[in-house]
Amino acid sequence: MAGPRPRVAIVGAGPAGAFAASALRRCAGDVEIDLLERLPTPWGLLRGGVAPDHQDIKRLQDTFDRQTLRHGCRFLGNVEVGVDISHAELMRHYAAVIYATGAQTDKSLGIAGEDLPGSWAATEFVAWYNGHPDYRDLQFDLSAKRVVVIGNGNVAADVIRMLTLSPRALERTDIADHALEALRASAVEEVVVLGRRGPAQAAFTSAELRELGHLEGVDLRVRAEELELDPVSQDWLADHGTFTARTNVELLREFAARAPREGAARRIELRFLRSPVQIRGSGRVEAVDIRRNEIVRADDGALRARAVDEPVEPIACGLVLRSVGYRAVPLPDVPFDERSFVLPNERGRVLTPDGAPLPGVYAVGWIKRGPTGILGTNKRDAEETVACLADDLATAALTPPASPDRAQIDALLAERVPDVVTVEGWRAIDGLERERGRDGQRPRVKLASRGELLSAAAATASSAAS
Amino acid sequence: MTYVIVGSCIKDDSCIEVCPVDCIHPRVGSPDFESVEQLYIDPVECIDCDACVEACPVDAIFPESELPARHEHARGLNERFFAEQSTVERTAR
Repeated sequence: MAGPRPRVAIVGAGPAGAFAASALRRCAGDVEIDLLERLPTPWGLLRGGVAPDHQDIKRLQDTFDRQTLRHGCRFLGNVEVGVDISHAELMRHYAAVIYATGAQTDKSLGIAGEDLPGSWAATEFVAWYNGHPDYRDLQFDLSAKRVVVIGNGNVAADVIRMLTLSPRALERTDIADHALEALRASAVEEVVVLGRRGPAQAAFTSAELRELGHLEGVDLRVRAEELELDPVSQDWLADHGTFTARTNVELLREFAARAPREGAARRIELRFLRSPVQIRGSGRVEAVDIRRNEIVRADDGALRARAVDEPVEPIACGLVLRSVGYRAVPLPDVPFDERSFVLPNERGRVLTPDGAPLPGVYAVGWIKRGPTGILGTNKRDAEETVACLADDLATAALTPPASPDRAQIDALLAERVPDVVTVEGWRAIDGLERERGRDGQRPRVKLASRGELLSAAAATASSAAS
Repeated sequence: MTYVIVGSCIKDDSCIEVCPVDCIHPRVGSPDFESVEQLYIDPVECIDCDACVEACPVDAIFPESELPARHEHARGLNERFFAEQSTVERTAR
């Protein structure tokens, strides 16, 4: 292709954006890639979602770094698309824009009392303990003995561990210091986990479930009667059950048969076939009322939970964390599917409301497919989107932007965002955080406010310039 | 001997790409690829070449003899996955 190298903007430097940048480098030939990120730091949920005690998974950041930033992809952090720069402006400066903005909010339960103080989205708790700068000032009341976690998926597993691990275990991680301090003083003794459906339909992976059953100093309890599989679930497990579902049921039976762990400081109780009906309290959370469900086969063959008409069971607690899924939010000036909460797209090409591709606009990750899958799922997802983009570039299906030069977007950004964090700025933050962790033998001690992050980025930028 | 994938697998498919004997399952695009929580190494087919260990971005693969104690259960899990598997993919091989 003749002329200047096409420039591509990726909006969001989380795993989907990083995999997309990596795929672009491999598949789309000679392109320039800018990774635009709302936060001063890259890698999204790898930094701000993956739990601090799962450092092995965070190693993926080295691969992201090696495959993107070390190969000339630019990082433009602290830039919010839709606020600092509009979609239309991006389209004037880039041949293509890939949205990788994820799913930034959580689903609600739709029950009374959900908004009481002490009732939170688990994702808020996650962002807080992982040092997301927008969440550092949240105050979680850990003075009550019991916490109720609603939902039993991966995010639930993470928050359960963070609430029950000993301060000694947490101290070796990169948990945010403000969270470490709060959790050190925690009075929590028991975490009750509610699963709407039965043990065969638990959303935990078996790796996560096993981990919960083997935490040091933590007793995990399951009620034998709640593990009895109803006939519908038995049939389903035998005919359609996944390897994970069968392993989970086995593990849960094993846990139920174990003697209680002597001298355990904390307890996790996994409840099944239980849904919250309301959250109660005068002025703040004091209890959750739950009801029993039974599993029925719906007309479409799916197994659903149906409420049983019985008196509710109250569980006294001081904190409720709901973890029933993420949800994407619309982006300014870009089509949005209000029913599926994604950018309407075909294999990653964003579509207009009448179903035609919107030239030069793409989606990847949760904003493309919804909040499903695990980290690696984004790799295939990114390859699909990038294949479409590469095809569009090769067939000259994209309108060349009006202001294609790098200098032009840089001038605009400099005017709008005086403290853009570049790759050098991120390296300064990264270096400082790792340095701060060295004495405590921690992977890093995070800078957890936007101010600290920006000044760390700026300090080295200026010392490098002098 | 064989190599073993542990629970921190993120289903990045780098290991599948480099495996010279295609012993890591499920394959990308196979019916159960999206439903499994991790990838598994067929202990019967594995030739201990170490390529997957090098490729894994989260260090989730270990030689069986160096499997850390905290991942001990993964040994049996990899084996059992293949013993139980009755998918099209397995029977087609």
